[in-house]
Amino acid sequence: MATTAQVHQTKWWSGGKSPFNLEYGKLMMWYFLMSDAFTFGAFLISYGTIRFSQNFWPDPNVVFNAFPGAGHANLPLAFVSVMTFILIISSVTMVLAVHAGHKNDKAGVVKWLGWTIVGGAAFLGCQAWEWHHLITGEHAVLVDGQIDLIGQTMRANPWGSLVPHESVAAALQKTPHETLVALAHQSNHALSHEQLAAMTDQQLVNTINIDALHVRSKGPVAFGGYFYGITGFHGFHVFSGVVINIVMLKMTQNNVFQNRGHYLMIEKAGLYWHFVDLVWVFVFLCFYLI
Amino acid sequence: MQHPAFEEVSFHHHTDDDTFYKKVKKTTILLSIITVIELAIGLIIYNIHKGESPNELLVLMFKGMVCILTLAKAYYIVSVFMHLGDEIRNMVMTIVVPLLLFIWFITAFIWDGNSYRNLRNNYDKHFQETTTPAKGHGHQDKHQDPPAGKQ
Repeated sequence: MATTAQVHQTKWWSGGKSPFNLEYGKLMMWYFLMSDAFTFGAFLISYGTIRFSQNFWPDPNVVFNAFPGAGHANLPLAFVSVMTFILIISSVTMVLAVHAGHKNDKAGVVKWLGWTIVGGAAFLGCQAWEWHHLITGEHAVLVDGQIDLIGQTMRANPWGSLVPHESVAAALQKTPHETLVALAHQSNHALSHEQLAAMTDQQLVNTINIDALHVRSKGPVAFGGYFYGITGFHGFHVFSGVVINIVMLKMTQNNVFQNRGHYLMIEKAGLYWHFVDLVWVFVFLCFYLI
Repeated sequence: MQHPAFEEVSFHHHTDDDTFYKKVKKTTILLSIITVIELAIGLIIYNIHKGESPNELLVLMFKGMVCILTLAKAYYIVSVFMHLGDEIRNMVMTIVVPLLLFIWFITAFIWDGNSYRNLRNNYDKHFQETTTPAKGHGHQDKHQDPPAGKQ
């Protein structure tokens, strides 16, 4: 026993053989992922606790209904399903990369790892668009008796319950000029911003179509923090997964694994990547579906 | 010479290509179908909310179904894609048994959030009045066309 261990200068489990039939690195990757699952679980459960402590929570189908290039079309769940499928497919290509590694097929590993990186980058692009849309998209909200235009940020949530028409009509009378111009601009594209700005408040109020305005009260502030916090933490995992995959791709191309005689490293990167997909399944459930 | 990390493992998994591709294909299709069903349920929930008087029990039932489908998806990803299903049972248990903590974790904290809401509604009427959506607002949401906002 001791002699075999000395030959390879190994310090692993004293028998030189893993009782779990897994190499040390892969086993530790599993335990890391388990601890990471608890981190994500804690975040999501904390979100659930806050959500259950509120009388009102925004309907995800109202918040997430935009699609790139579709303008103001109401498409609930559409964009997030694209993101979900991107991640599932990138998980499949990762499985194929790992399988190519089993067969010491360098070209196969390069090909499938490449597609996995493309999928990860595409997902990150989608997430960037979604965040940008939520942060910069301004919505009419009733605040202190007047209408304000606010986006979804960490400090404000524009997705409260709908405000009745009478209150909107009253609030419009107290709304400052610039906000009225912006509101009128949304319902009336025929007139330029300058033309609208030159109008009186009452003229502006008359051009605004209250039915199309969908004025809401402010929603629970915690929504933004949890959404950006958790999807951001997941996005950071995707980003680091893409970086790891790029490193693996470079190492494969430089024949590191070929010389080593095995592609076990790809399996560890694969486990991490599948975990990222696994977490998204739950993020998707908690934020978009229920 | 093989790298030492390779020799640490006694039995290497060697699945032949045919079985492997079949299994991956089957799992991919399964995951896609489950996702499509989840999306369909999401849209059903959306449409129930648009209705005159949303049936909360029905919504809750659909949400429960989505949760179960999500667990099924998680099972397939972990067991097939991550190959946990092929590992030695003892190793699987070192991962799965600690995760059972989640049963308590989820139940206890959701319960706590719910109890906090009930306490606040009882003792802080201002909170209850300012945060509870007025009756009849549910079906106001039926004009759920594009919320005004810039692209």
